[in-house]
Amino acid sequence: MPKLTIDDIEVTVEPGTSIIQAAEQVGIEIPRFCYHDKLSVPANCRMCLVEVEKSPKPMASCALPCGDGMKVYTQSEKAKQARKNVMEMLLVNHPLDCPICDQGGECDLQDQAVAYGYDRSRYEEEKRAVTNKDLGPLVKTVMTRCIQCTRCVRFGEEIAGVSELGVLNRGEHLEIGTYVEQMVTSELSGNLIDVCPVGALTSKPYAFAARPWELRKTPGIDVLDAVGSNIRIDARGGEVMRILPRLHEDVNEEWISDKTRFAVDGLKNNRLDKCYVRKNGKLQPASWEEAFGAIAAEAKKRTFGAIVGDLADCESIIALKDLMKELGATNLECRQDMAQIDVKHPAGYLFNTTIAGIERADAILLVGTNPRTEAALVNARIRKTWLAKHIKVGVIGQKIDLNYPYKYLGAGPDTLAELSEGKGDFADVLAKAKNPMIILGAGALRRPDGYAITALARKVAEKFNMARDGWNGYNMLHTQASRVGALMLGFVEGDEASWQKVDALYLLGADEMPVENIKPDCFVVYQGHHGEKVAARADVILPGAAYTEKSATYVNTEGRVQNGLQAVFPPGEAREDWQIIVNLAVALGHKLPYATLPQVRARLAEENAAFAKVDEIQPVKWSAFGKAGKCDAKPFGTTVANFYMTDPISRASKTMQACTEAFLNAKPADDEKAVANG
Amino acid sequence: MSATKTVRSFFLIELIKGFALTFSYMFKKSVTINYPFEKGPISPRFRGEHALRRYANGEERCIACKLCEAICPAQAITIEAEPREDGSRRTTRYDIDMTKCIYCGLCQEACPVDAIVEGPNFEYATETHEELLYDKERLLANGDRWEAQIAATLEADKKYR
Repeated sequence: MPKLTIDDIEVTVEPGTSIIQAAEQVGIEIPRFCYHDKLSVPANCRMCLVEVEKSPKPMASCALPCGDGMKVYTQSEKAKQARKNVMEMLLVNHPLDCPICDQGGECDLQDQAVAYGYDRSRYEEEKRAVTNKDLGPLVKTVMTRCIQCTRCVRFGEEIAGVSELGVLNRGEHLEIGTYVEQMVTSELSGNLIDVCPVGALTSKPYAFAARPWELRKTPGIDVLDAVGSNIRIDARGGEVMRILPRLHEDVNEEWISDKTRFAVDGLKNNRLDKCYVRKNGKLQPASWEEAFGAIAAEAKKRTFGAIVGDLADCESIIALKDLMKELGATNLECRQDMAQIDVKHPAGYLFNTTIAGIERADAILLVGTNPRTEAALVNARIRKTWLAKHIKVGVIGQKIDLNYPYKYLGAGPDTLAELSEGKGDFADVLAKAKNPMIILGAGALRRPDGYAITALARKVAEKFNMARDGWNGYNMLHTQASRVGALMLGFVEGDEASWQKVDALYLLGADEMPVENIKPDCFVVYQGHHGEKVAARADVILPGAAYTEKSATYVNTEGRVQNGLQAVFPPGEAREDWQIIVNLAVALGHKLPYATLPQVRARLAEENAAFAKVDEIQPVKWSAFGKAGKCDAKPFGTTVANFYMTDPISRASKTMQACTEAFLNAKPADDEKAVANG
Repeated sequence: MSATKTVRSFFLIELIKGFALTFSYMFKKSVTINYPFEKGPISPRFRGEHALRRYANGEERCIACKLCEAICPAQAITIEAEPREDGSRRTTRYDIDMTKCIYCGLCQEACPVDAIVEGPNFEYATETHEELLYDKERLLANGDRWEAQIAATLEADKKYR
């Protein structure tokens, strides 16, 4: 282990650590533009120059590995002068249009020019101008501001797996471009904005909307897929202005998907901000008392069933479960897509390997899932692993467009069955692999033989020794943020379709359920935040809060319990969901045993001990889930037809609408075709 | 009490001195002015009523950078911005609460394009509070009205900035 001194501080580091990383370990900041923790090191900005003893010239600390006995000076005159000169050169062609630049206030170039540059310019000649590129409806470009750090190019090639961006020409004419005029079609393209250290790539929907110093920053959890990305909600006044990623190495690293980032404008459209009660066949605005009164009148006559939707938080799920128990309901359902998921066996519905654990895998079998659209960050992790050690990936299901090579094995359960008997090339791959993984998509279980397919997948896992001490390679990839939480809280009673028989239904944001299957004389209460077709069918509507508007607990597909904080207040008369249910219980003559958030959370932990441990994953015991049986030969379907519109929030978003138009309708992508065929 | 002091107070010396001084001003030039018909001189740095300026071609100068809003110690300025049809960065709302303003002049110092300025006008008293809540339209109108004087004061003060 090399031992070196940086600014007279001694530090011992792992072999291969660069000086910039070693300096970070001892708390010394070295300025940089092109260097990024998660990307390769090109060493082309030269901002991180430091003086190294016995070296005649200053060295780029990002590309220089630590050596034993090195003496590094980051604050010497030589190093300071070198950085000043680099900064002056970088600013030669920078337009200095900070007042109209959206990066102003959170710009690396701005900050570092103040900290490490000259205080005035000596340059009086012409500056160069670069044509802007059209990268689609999400990323706005002002290429004149570009300092050619190539972070965006490396992000595209390494993380997103799209090689559309590249470096063109040389010297004075060097620019970042897309070779031919085309958009960046990646579900992670929004991260280009974060990666860019200057204002060359900024957010198009957020253009000129706010300055960073005006924003109130709240840590939250994303609910638009089941990854549970850690996000930062930036709000001004009562309005959410933008969503940014928060670093969580085990979940989303520092990326988020475009839907997570850009769907927030959907929170302003089509919202339910007051109660409605159906009178004479029409939904009329009503007060909370009237709405609760209408429910109380029907609750006496009818037996309730309840369905939990995709965006529900765990607090409201447990409150609803307790209320339904009080009312004597026997039909509870959280699988509104009628996927056959066995609630009794956590090993069968969790992403057991964990997202970070993917990096240990050496062979992955994808069954009935397209991780790129269903969980873009799980896919990014698979790509990262593939990039690091070229793991083998096999796909059973639709032919999909992934950003790493895969072997297509077959379309349906037959292929899976063959594999479970050890037939085929990929069986050899799995058998030889040290840490094989299987990822089962929810799409594979949305069929009458779902339990049989689960059993088959378990057989494959057992055959290739995927579940053993220290490694569990069996994974279920969900697409709904509420699903795992609801399963862990046991919000399943009766079978998948039995809710169709009840005469009163309580829908907690169940926007994806087949509304036509509700009995015509069924009394429907809808609690949620967006008015869509299910809300239109309801007899009473209770306005709830969206994910940015409540402090809530969510469980991601791994079973990771995470808390998000409230960033803004719900609109109009809308309230936090668990409070609505607690108040409704009082109106119905019952009392739920909690009145504050800590009390609800204590109740969560009482129901399932996993809720007591936030952001920790408890490995679950392997069990015999699924039901062996005959499988239909029908090929597996996909879950997500349009990545940009999967839930009421993204469907109400104009940005997501624009993305659908630009990326899917204009040029049908491969998976779009696949959906059309399947 | 000493003898001198007694004599002084007995003959009202101080009083006569005072009257004499007052009387002498009868023959000096008057310093009062006949406001509002006459006005005193003001410095080019005088910080009066705010105005938003335009370029000579009629284009508004303000680019919605929000630096004035950020620096305003009284938080009197409110700005909303969005891209205009031609893609340029412009304000959709630029309000100054003149009753909050403390006339410190930091807004005009922060402005990178000399858009917001405190002009020479100080005669804008109103009868109601509402009239002192200025919006963008009013500020631009101020700018149009006072542009000649504002340009002259900026020119006069240029070499010291």
